[in-house]
Order: sequence, then C-alpha cells, then structure tokens
Amino acid sequence: MYQQIVDQITAKVMAGDWTAGQPLPSIRELAAASRVSVITVRRAYEELERAGLIATRQGKGSMVAERSDLPTVLMHEELQRQLEGLLACAARLGLPRSELHRLIDQAADPDTGSAADPTNRKGSTP
Amino acid sequence: MTLAFSLSGIAKRYPHFALQDVSLDLPEGQVMGLVGVNGAGKTTLLRLLTGLAAPDSGEVQVLGHRLPEGQVDAKRDIGFASEDMRLYRGQTLRWHMDLVSRIYPGWDEPYADDLVKRFELRPEQVLGGFSHGQRVKALLLLCLARRPRLLLLDEPTTGLDPVARLEVLEALADVLRDESRSVLFSSHNTHDVEQLADSITFLHKGRLVASADKHAFVDSWRRVVCQGALPAGLDAWPEIASARANGSVVEIKARAWNDQLPARLAAQGLQVQRADPMALEDIFVTAVRSGGVA
Repeated sequence: MYQQIVDQITAKVMAGDWTAGQPLPSIRELAAASRVSVITVRRAYEELERAGLIATRQGKGSMVAERSDLPTVLMHEELQRQLEGLLACAARLGLPRSELHRLIDQAADPDTGSAADPTNRKGSTP
Repeated sequence: MTLAFSLSGIAKRYPHFALQDVSLDLPEGQVMGLVGVNGAGKTTLLRLLTGLAAPDSGEVQVLGHRLPEGQVDAKRDIGFASEDMRLYRGQTLRWHMDLVSRIYPGWDEPYADDLVKRFELRPEQVLGGFSHGQRVKALLLLCLARRPRLLLLDEPTTGLDPVARLEVLEALADVLRDESRSVLFSSHNTHDVEQLADSITFLHKGRLVASADKHAFVDSWRRVVCQGALPAGLDAWPEIASARANGSVVEIKARAWNDQLPARLAAQGLQVQRADPMALEDIFVTAVRSGGVA
C-alpha cells in the first residue's frame, strides 16, 4: 500500500508538478487526503528518502530533493526498467536483436513499417 | 507518549464466552484496526472501553480515566458507534442532531452539516424511513460531529454499499488530520483495516493473538513457493502456519518469516522459488485456520 504513495509522489516529481526544494504535505495531511494510515505515509516517505527523492529536515518537514535534474534522472530510471522488461520479453520469444530493433523502428514509425503489419491494412475485407 | 487507552490483564467472563489475558495500549493520534472472526471478542473489548461492561479482573484506563468508575468523565470524549445502537424511528435526523448537541458541548454544527451533505442524508426525514446504509451513516455523523478524542467503532462499514463505504472511510480519514484524536475500529473487511489502520490487533477465541504495527505485522508473513516433496512434520515448525503439496510444488504460508528459513527448508529438500508478501485477508484466514497463533 505504501508503494502506491511512493509511485504517486515519484510520478508528480517526474512530471515536474512538484519541483526541487518544494515542501511536501505533512505526513498526517497526506494520509488524510489519500485515505491511508499515517504509518503508511511515513513508510513511503522513508522509502523516498532512501531513494534520494526527498529530504527531511528536523522540525521542517520533508521536501523534494534539491536536484534540478531529478525528473530526468527518474525518467531515465523508468526507461531503464522498461528496457529490461522489453529485453526479457524478447528473450522469452527468442527474437534476435536485429528483429527487436526493426520492431522498435516500426512501432515508432508505423506508416513506413513493413507491409506485413496487419494493423496497416485498411479496407482489406472483401 | 500519551495513551488514548490502556488495558492491562483484562478478563471478562460470560456464560459461553471469555475474554482473557488482554493487555493492549493505543497511543494518542493512532488508528487501530481490530480483526477477528465472529465471536472472537471484538465487541466485548469495545464495550469494556466504553464502560458498558466492567472487567472481572484487570484495569481499563481511557483518556486518563479509570473505568468503570470514571466513565462519566471519559464518555464526554468517547464516541461509540455500533450496529445495535437504536435511533428513534419516529424522529427525524435533525431531531437527533439537536438532542446530541444539547448533551455534548463539543458538538460542531458546521461539521455536522458538512457530514449531512457528504453522506447525502436528509435531516428532515424520520429515521424509520432510512435504509441500512443511511442509518449507519446517521449514527456515525452523530458520533463524529461531537469531535470525540477517542472514536470506538464496531464494524462501521459492514453492510454498506461500495459508495457508502467509501464515504465512511473518507470521513474517518479526515479524523486523522487532528493528531490528538484516536480511533479503534473493528472490521471484517480486512481491506478497510489495511488501508486505514496504523496498528492491527488480532483477537481469536477471546485471546489477543497479535497486536503490532501494521507493516511489521504484514511483513512478518510470506507465501513461500518451493520445489520438492513435502517433508513430514513441517506443520509443527512454529514459523509455519500451513503447508500443502500440489505435485512437486509445495506452498507454505509462513509467519515470523526470516532470512534463515530458506536454508532450513533447503535442508529438508525444499528449494524456495519465491517468497511473496501476503495480503491481510490471506494472513487472517491462514492464522485462524492454523489455530489462531499469528
């Protein structure tokens, strides 16, 4: 359950909604607003602090870590996770690397893709 | 640390049921979820905390008052809502609100009006015409609007439709904003407990089998999938609540999960494939079926 809070905050920082140095809601406030227990938010904040995403100052509460490149770093981490997933899936399918490259190019540019792509055919029903 | 309540060495015997050896504290500002099957002793525990029942032995302290002697003072700051509390069927919700506001000086009229809107209740309607869900919400409103320091709620979400349940949970979550207010609620709905509680107290057959920080409690359990043949006597390990074989796959539900367990299982010929966290629902059912020792 605390993972949801971690993901929400990470998403907000990644999107730039919450910027470097911005104070975070107090634990109680966020708990009440997210309808989860105080202990769950506290745990999420601890996790985010370990990950370097937020910083907590004694008596001042928590804030988004003061690193201007934070959204970019987070997005690179996210990309890395997706790449790993992609590679794992391709390995299960037994796709050679060249085929994976071709599929990526095709997904990015469907119009120039090969004619074998069934989603490109329009009105092919007789 | 200020305690909202403290129970020590409580015993309460009824002809067919006994609550035994219960010692339990709730620090101020925390939410405690009380879980247990029907007849586990949840309602008895709540009744002891409201002063509606006196223990046969042991001590009950609520908001600094010893019960039952200090119950008049304690009750000013306790809000208790339970399904078997009756409202007057022939009177309107407004009439009930006026009645409660005259008895309790802490009554917060703007908050009460806000809850009326949020719960979509009609103050001029007589209670006899309320649905079950509306009656539950009305009772909770009468309780919350007094702004009691300790809320004791017996099954606040039982029998509610998903929308009403969410409204009630939202109203309860708002209580958390104030760090001097504490909540103890019992529920069969483990999702509600998992969502809102800071700590979990587990009763079984009148005994307290666990009371812990929610994450620590949930983290101590794992569903372990192993490859191999089920060795005899695994059930007797104190860490293992259940073990069953399905072909060459053995599924173990472990309490008190620790890093040494995979090696000990390997010594028995079981290779641990994965150890996943368990939802409270699964923990609850597993613990009850294995005899309640959580």
